[in-house]
Amino acid sequence: MAQVIVVTSGKGGVGKTTTSAALATGLAQRGKKTVVIDFDVGLRNLDLIMGVERRVVFDIVNVIQGEARLSQALIRDKRVENLSILPASQTRDKDALTKEGVAEIIEELGKDFDYILCDSPAGIEKGALLALYFADQAIIVTNPEVSSVRDSDRILGVLQSKSKRAEEKREKVKEHLLVTRYDAGRVERGEMLKLEDVREILAIPLLGVIPESESVLKASNTGTPVIMDAESVAGQAYKDAVGRFLGDELPHRFLDPEKKPGILKRLFGGRAA
Amino acid sequence: MSWLDFFRSTRKPEPAAASASAAKERLQIVLAHERIGRTREDFLPRLQQELVAVVARYVAIDPGKVNVNLDRGGDLSTLAIEIELPGPKAAVRTPAAAR
Ligand SMILES: Nc1ncnc2c1ncn2[C@@H]1O[C@H](COP(=O)(O)OP(=O)(O)OP(=O)(O)O)[C@@H](O)[C@H]1O
Ligand SMILES: [Mg+2]
Repeated sequence: MAQVIVVTSGKGGVGKTTTSAALATGLAQRGKKTVVIDFDVGLRNLDLIMGVERRVVFDIVNVIQGEARLSQALIRDKRVENLSILPASQTRDKDALTKEGVAEIIEELGKDFDYILCDSPAGIEKGALLALYFADQAIIVTNPEVSSVRDSDRILGVLQSKSKRAEEKREKVKEHLLVTRYDAGRVERGEMLKLEDVREILAIPLLGVIPESESVLKASNTGTPVIMDAESVAGQAYKDAVGRFLGDELPHRFLDPEKKPGILKRLFGGRAA
Repeated sequence: MSWLDFFRSTRKPEPAAASASAAKERLQIVLAHERIGRTREDFLPRLQQELVAVVARYVAIDPGKVNVNLDRGGDLSTLAIEIELPGPKAAVRTPAAAR
């Protein structure tokens, strides 16, 4: 049976879509049959980040309304095997999604895929609720900033009360914290919440820390999920997160500011970057 | 800035450090309250309404002159309800001008 994973945050613009694209690509690269669904109906963007925007013909709303078959709406990634994308509609609004419709889609995808990733829209309204409703696991994307942490806490409460698992009183949705846009320099200067603070406040297991990185914008410019950029720190951090998700034991990296090695360090060595 | 802050800031080399720790402290307090609120509906608006209604049964009060202040703290929260009562002078002077 496929695992359904929601990527959610409450707050907007924290990196859910960037994360969904990266993790879906990473899971597929590790040989897992993966599909990523854009739940942001009306504000479709995952297609752009995944670089498949020119190939969108049908979307999730067409499938729910019986205007297209699921297999027609799914877009297979051309770079990575085992990876498919189900785009959101650009013209309808979130009311076009129904619980029954989404249930059918997830059920059908579950036959063919190992992982179903759901890229949630911001907020705690219908679209976000539907994106998390069927989840077995949740990736809580959080920036080290007060409103993002508060909204993450809020969405954790929603997961614990409004998900299908909660309603059916089954084992609760497995939670993972993913801290993104982490700026170690600003943390060191006391301007940004420390990783430890965010962990302590939200108190859920940490999947990874993605540093603030220019390569994320570059990746979105070209429609290449940042995890495919092996040079970039954000790409490497996402790769680690995928590894941890699959059970690898990996230390957390990029928690300290990148230092230009000083003259003493260059002479006597030291921890290399 | 009080004179105390002056001494504090001279002793402490990184005044910027305050902002991230302020963030943590504020989050811890507000979330402690919000987590309780999740399981229980917010009773404060009703409490306020009922309290004011009780007072209004005994004294004629102006609903516009009710001030409610809540300060959610870590260990202790205070709810201050300030109701302005018509003074004795006003009551004596304007018995005709009944509102
Ligand atoms: N690690 C990072 N470093 C730098 N910029 C980032 C990082 N992660 C995300 N961003 C930038 O933040 C912005 C928002 O990212 P993204 O679209 O993934 O957020 P979102 O949570 O999906 O937003 P929405 O709530 O609108 O759906 C984008 O411009 C993206 O390039
Ligand atoms: Mg998004």
